[in-house]
Amino acid sequence: MATSSTQGGQVGAPMSAKVGGAKVGGAKVGSQIGRSLPRLEGRDKVTGRAEYTHTMRLAGMLYAKIFRSTVAHGRIKSIDTSAAKRVPGVYRIITADDIAQVIPAPYYGPAFHDQPILAVDKVHFVGEPVAVALAADPHVAEEAAQLIVAEYEELPAVFDEVEAAANNTLVHEELKPAGTFADLKHLKGRKGTNIALDFKLRRGDVDKAFAAAAHVFEHTFHTQKVLHLALEPFASIADWNERGVTIYSGSQGPSFVRTEIARLLGWPENRVRIKVPYLGGGFGAKLYIKMEALATALSMIVRRPVKVALTMEEQFYTITRHPSTFVIKTGVDASGRITARKCEVYWNGGAYADVGPRVTQKSGFTASGPYDIDNVWVDSYALYTNLPPSGALRGFGIPQLVWAYESHTDMIARALKLDPLEFRRKNLLREGRPQATGQIVRDAKLDAVLERVAERLNWGKPLARGNGALRRGRGIAVAIKAVISPTTSVANLTIAADGSTTLYCGTVDMGQGSDTAMAQIAGEVLDIPAESVRIVPRDTDVTPYDMGTLGSRSLFHMGHAVRLAAEEAREKIKAMARELGEPEGSNIPLPDLFKKKFGMQAGNIVGTGTYKPDYIPPDPATGLTDKVTPFWMCAASGAEVEVDTETGHVRITRLITAVDCGRPVNPKIVETQISGAVLMQLGFTMFEKMHIDAGQVTNASLADYKIPAILDVPQAMENETVDSHLSSGPFGAKGVGETATFCVSPAIANAIEDACGVRLTALPLTPEAVFRALRAQANNPLADDA
Amino acid sequence: MTRTISFNLNGEQVAAEIKPHHNLVEVLQREFNLMGARESCGQGMCGCCTVLVNGAAVSGCLYLAAFVDGAEVRTVESLADARTQALSPVQEAFIEAGAFQCGYCTPGFLLMATQLLDAHPDPDEEQIRHYLSGNLCRCAAYPEIIAAVKLAARKRQNARPS
Repeated sequence: MATSSTQGGQVGAPMSAKVGGAKVGGAKVGSQIGRSLPRLEGRDKVTGRAEYTHTMRLAGMLYAKIFRSTVAHGRIKSIDTSAAKRVPGVYRIITADDIAQVIPAPYYGPAFHDQPILAVDKVHFVGEPVAVALAADPHVAEEAAQLIVAEYEELPAVFDEVEAAANNTLVHEELKPAGTFADLKHLKGRKGTNIALDFKLRRGDVDKAFAAAAHVFEHTFHTQKVLHLALEPFASIADWNERGVTIYSGSQGPSFVRTEIARLLGWPENRVRIKVPYLGGGFGAKLYIKMEALATALSMIVRRPVKVALTMEEQFYTITRHPSTFVIKTGVDASGRITARKCEVYWNGGAYADVGPRVTQKSGFTASGPYDIDNVWVDSYALYTNLPPSGALRGFGIPQLVWAYESHTDMIARALKLDPLEFRRKNLLREGRPQATGQIVRDAKLDAVLERVAERLNWGKPLARGNGALRRGRGIAVAIKAVISPTTSVANLTIAADGSTTLYCGTVDMGQGSDTAMAQIAGEVLDIPAESVRIVPRDTDVTPYDMGTLGSRSLFHMGHAVRLAAEEAREKIKAMARELGEPEGSNIPLPDLFKKKFGMQAGNIVGTGTYKPDYIPPDPATGLTDKVTPFWMCAASGAEVEVDTETGHVRITRLITAVDCGRPVNPKIVETQISGAVLMQLGFTMFEKMHIDAGQVTNASLADYKIPAILDVPQAMENETVDSHLSSGPFGAKGVGETATFCVSPAIANAIEDACGVRLTALPLTPEAVFRALRAQANNPLADDA
Repeated sequence: MTRTISFNLNGEQVAAEIKPHHNLVEVLQREFNLMGARESCGQGMCGCCTVLVNGAAVSGCLYLAAFVDGAEVRTVESLADARTQALSPVQEAFIEAGAFQCGYCTPGFLLMATQLLDAHPDPDEEQIRHYLSGNLCRCAAYPEIIAAVKLAARKRQNARPS
């Protein structure tokens, strides 16, 4: 029974009153957690029937096509829509003035209310939406949008994050924090700055420790702007009337969208309904408000359903990963112990803050790495620039930080002629020791992930170094992340009178397999096969609050909420059995129990669960707190590479990753999460880069911006989870969506140095970058490097 | 400036009113409610819009609908048995091997994998990689896709009457 192949989870499995027992319901205890159950929605996805917002249509719907800014910073002098209006079939052209008629304060954002629905007075980056053409035929709307003409008075623009920190060129005249986050309130109304958040962490006395250190090292690292590039581009459809608005959206955070749209409309939340079909990839892009506010405003203006569905090119102007500059300085004593580390991180947030200030703060907690260091200083700055906005991308800033600190750690080991693995072992943060924030580290298998990767790399044994132009090397890296906290999840679970179970939870299954995992958790508690649990599609009218599907938080937070909801339902069944005089441990089937109670097939059992972990906000002056995160994510990667020293080409011959994700709820899905994360980060490491010239993205298409394809999969990619059990996790589980991204970049860069002696400090690690470094190393730099 | 085209769609003779600039994906979606072929990159680079025209895979986002007049068109919706709704061996294998995450690119991979196995019933890994190199999966379920194609090959061989 436990492996019954019921498809789609729609068929209820009979349960008995003795839930949790060893025999009833067909499944034995412990049978649902740890099952490699194929995804419940598999059939929909292989038949082409899975519905995505980008392909949805409503009756009477208009299509919106966006006219975008061509300058990086400028005052809008005029918008000429006359030619666009003359296109046969065009319904209406919309500018910010029209939006202001229906939404007088049209600014949104999770951290700052800084982003206008359409540019108001000024544009702040190339590609910013300025006007919209509406038509029943999308081709007509597109043609009309192309005929809109705007004139700008160009203003000075700033693109580099370190330059932006000098505040010589200002992106915004005044800062407008949303009021949601306590640590941003002091920025309200601040003028003359591009700094949208400055997170500080101060532990011990770094200056004193540097003065006393035997060795001090300082290096600077850079990461480039890259794109989530979900294959389903952003899409939202809004259908507004005076009573309420329904928004269909490919969103990772429907609860946030509801709150924010309600705020924009001045409505209570219960008049805003967000429905989320399947997502064609998210990766952190489809969070907060993306197309939802524009679609809503347009629908209010024309009183018809309006669809805003972007092209692939337009995704490059919507949300990206932060470029970063990281200046890192480390003091080491004579025995090889790290005594101090100072981290200055500059995050290039682009023209609107989006969630950048959270990335800046939350990643700042672990900027000094997975090491036990007495003296730590972190300054992490969120900066406005005149580039497309940056947000969260599979790691919430951690991959950028690990790139720097694990490259730096390797450079120190090499300079001190210490084995890079030994140096890490010596300094690794161990169980029971305080992390930089002060929280004592528990259930973090840093040592296990590091040792497993080292073992698989045969670290202790010599590596064949190659010959001639082909040089071989290997590298290793290890990392930690504090999961974002505090966040809340709510789940409801109902049991019908036939005994079948329905689960209502707002976690968005965007491919990570959360529906299947949540069904397994509910099934485990209720002792029924996971396949028999029906998961209700995301709809804020029926699925309760969830903070968002982000930051690898869902399995832990929503997993607990689902567990609690199922436990409450289980207790109610037991109480009903007692009330009806059933003996303790009765095997009476649930349908009979309902019949006994209600006289017919009637009634419901409803369980609900709410989960929010403990959290103590960091002290504003020191950044220290005893409770910064409910769990630690740990990863290590190892790479073996072959560098062609004549061309700079790097072939990855082995790529190994070990993660601590607690106890895997569904080992097969965890496996695909790990390999998917590794391969995505491999693209960000080796070739992906948004090329930008004076603020203009010059490779905004899949023809010019390449992502990993099947031929980019390393011939030997080895992934594993280490034996782990999170004592505070639902059935021992932690989240895993991001973990495997952390260490890929530095492991490869460390292997490249091991192979051919050159150190790259900026991503991506292209053949050109390697070749330039090789020529520089040979004292024969290319002319433009000389 | 519309014209009528008629073609065989998944085994049925159909007709549609189209304009010269309409591409095959939008006509399949709008006129026939077939949503399995999806536009993603709009440049024929990703394979999400893959459709078989006269047995050959085309990028439906670049392929003008006018060109299918008189042709035989097959989409992902035709892979399962029309009568019993039983999944094809390739579809089954994709589920069993976990060869997708978000599923947006999956129809394209399924059609290409089906075409690969029609031409090469027992492909080796290199053949699979090269044959599927024009399809992109941002979730990067590539190792599972390779495993699924191998599994599908075995399923098809086992199903064949000896």
